[in-house]
Amino acid sequence: MTNATISAETYQRHGFGLMQYLVCLKGILVREGLRYLHQRERFVSSLVRPLLWLFIFAAGFRQVLGVSIIPPYQTYVLYEVYITPGLCGMILLFSGMQSSLSMVYDREMGNMRTLLVSPFPRWFLLVSKLLAGVVVSIVQVYAFLLIAWFWGVKAPAIGYLLILPALFLGGMMLGGLGMLLSSMIKQLENFAGVMNFVIFPMYFASSALYPLWRVQEASPLLYKICLFNPFTYAVELVRFAFYGQIEWVSLAVVCGFTLLFMAGAIIAYDPSRGLTVRKQEGAPN
Amino acid sequence: MRQHMCLLAATAALPFLVQPGWANMVYVSNEKGNSVTVVDSKTMEVVKTIDVGQRPRGITISPDGKTVYVCASDDDTVEMIDTASGEVVGSLPSGPDPELFVLSPDGKRLYIANEDDNLVTVIDLESKSVLAEIPVGVEPEGMGVSPDGKTIVNTSETTNMAHFIDASTHEITDNVLVDSRPRFAEFKPDGSEVWVSAEIGGTVSVIDNKTRAITKKITFEIQGLRAEQIQPVGVAITSDGKKAYVALGPANRVAVVNTETYEVEKYILVGQRVWQLGFTPDGKSVISTNGLSNDITFIDTQTDEPIKSVTVGQLPWGVTVAPN
Repeated sequence: MTNATISAETYQRHGFGLMQYLVCLKGILVREGLRYLHQRERFVSSLVRPLLWLFIFAAGFRQVLGVSIIPPYQTYVLYEVYITPGLCGMILLFSGMQSSLSMVYDREMGNMRTLLVSPFPRWFLLVSKLLAGVVVSIVQVYAFLLIAWFWGVKAPAIGYLLILPALFLGGMMLGGLGMLLSSMIKQLENFAGVMNFVIFPMYFASSALYPLWRVQEASPLLYKICLFNPFTYAVELVRFAFYGQIEWVSLAVVCGFTLLFMAGAIIAYDPSRGLTVRKQEGAPN
Repeated sequence: MRQHMCLLAATAALPFLVQPGWANMVYVSNEKGNSVTVVDSKTMEVVKTIDVGQRPRGITISPDGKTVYVCASDDDTVEMIDTASGEVVGSLPSGPDPELFVLSPDGKRLYIANEDDNLVTVIDLESKSVLAEIPVGVEPEGMGVSPDGKTIVNTSETTNMAHFIDASTHEITDNVLVDSRPRFAEFKPDGSEVWVSAEIGGTVSVIDNKTRAITKKITFEIQGLRAEQIQPVGVAITSDGKKAYVALGPANRVAVVNTETYEVEKYILVGQRVWQLGFTPDGKSVISTNGLSNDITFIDTQTDEPIKSVTVGQLPWGVTVAPN
């Protein structure tokens, strides 16, 4: 990262070529990757969470929710098959929030400055950071799907390829949301609030755990909430892609929210306009 | 992507389009709907619904594929559907409350179980007349015929027996006691064994056709399901005789049994209260009727994975597939 920054500074006055941008991107990706590799417990915990849901939660509901045919499924599926795309979404959601946590941490520890003093445009740095987080979470999803495969949750081979863009888009959307949130959090401790007020509601009030028709049966209000939850669309996008289909509505919604959240984060982190300015005015550091 | 799928569907439908008539059509009797649903086994879509008599249950097709026979249990008759026109063209005398029947391999005789009268009625299809009435145990239901056509097996639900009947003399030669409420009898394609399912007993008894003794009892166990939910009904054995599929009723699953080891290899999730099974002529799919969810499920016999469930009429009971 430091090397990339220095070499970039040399060219500051002439603007940057594509190569310099790539060097910067690589720096951020490598840093995020290294951090991920060094925190093995993070890899394990990111796998354990969805696996607990798959092995224990889904096992209990196996018979109860075993019967339902909704697209993209063409026949009856076990609950563990239904819940798998939702758990992929869960990995993206937690990972997106976790990388925003790491941004709060970076800011508190001062590492953030190293990143933000880079002469590259702020939006590029933020998008690169986001991208790095998404790449890491996609690796986690595939590791999870591999274990799920041995557990008997199998999709057509093409599905494993097609979910890649779906995971990428979903990851960018949730990462963008995390980044936007991180700009609003002053201190690391506040992140617990994000867990309770963002991650859990988003996860539970979506199509990840139950098909929407079943939610509608239980509570029409909850059904509406699910419909307004962007996480629902990320999950459905992954679900349809898993079976070789494209859900256009979900695709449009996820793309829209990705742009919205990222634009929000970029504005929030913009030193001249963003929320960071206001915060710094209030707080001495 | 959509275009790609359409193209695929079109290619899949192509061989069917060049074939005449109703080849490979699936006929499903809907017990409550009083109808027979015709489903294209290639596209897996409903083609037509034919109104038939009351409470249609047992269903089978003539070897030439021209006539479908349906038991109209509450009308005390067997109806004949012309597969070319898709209409009921006549009926056969059947005795009261016919439930299930089997066609002799040459397609000339129909053996009907009359549930209320404790009889097996033999019908000559050419003259459309009753050839014989064979008294059997109480509440006869399952009917099987050996591949050589020499032996008929009937199961009686209350007597809990499989009755072996000589097809030439119409006399019972052997009675084999099986488990409670035997529903269905199926011969292995080589004629060496008869598989009899017992709904309440929860077992499938394998009876040696030579010694007429039970050689093996297959039991089923599904994680998370109570034993009484597992009620074997329909049995279908692949033409190579290597695999048997057993419909497990309210367990909503079809068991795949290895016919050499008699071990259950897999349980396939299908719709609710799976009842009867039928193979497509190429043997690539087996179709289950799921009574309570009003649909049928196509199962790939290569992978033993369910492919698609198709909604048919009310309470689908039996299934038969037209030959090529």
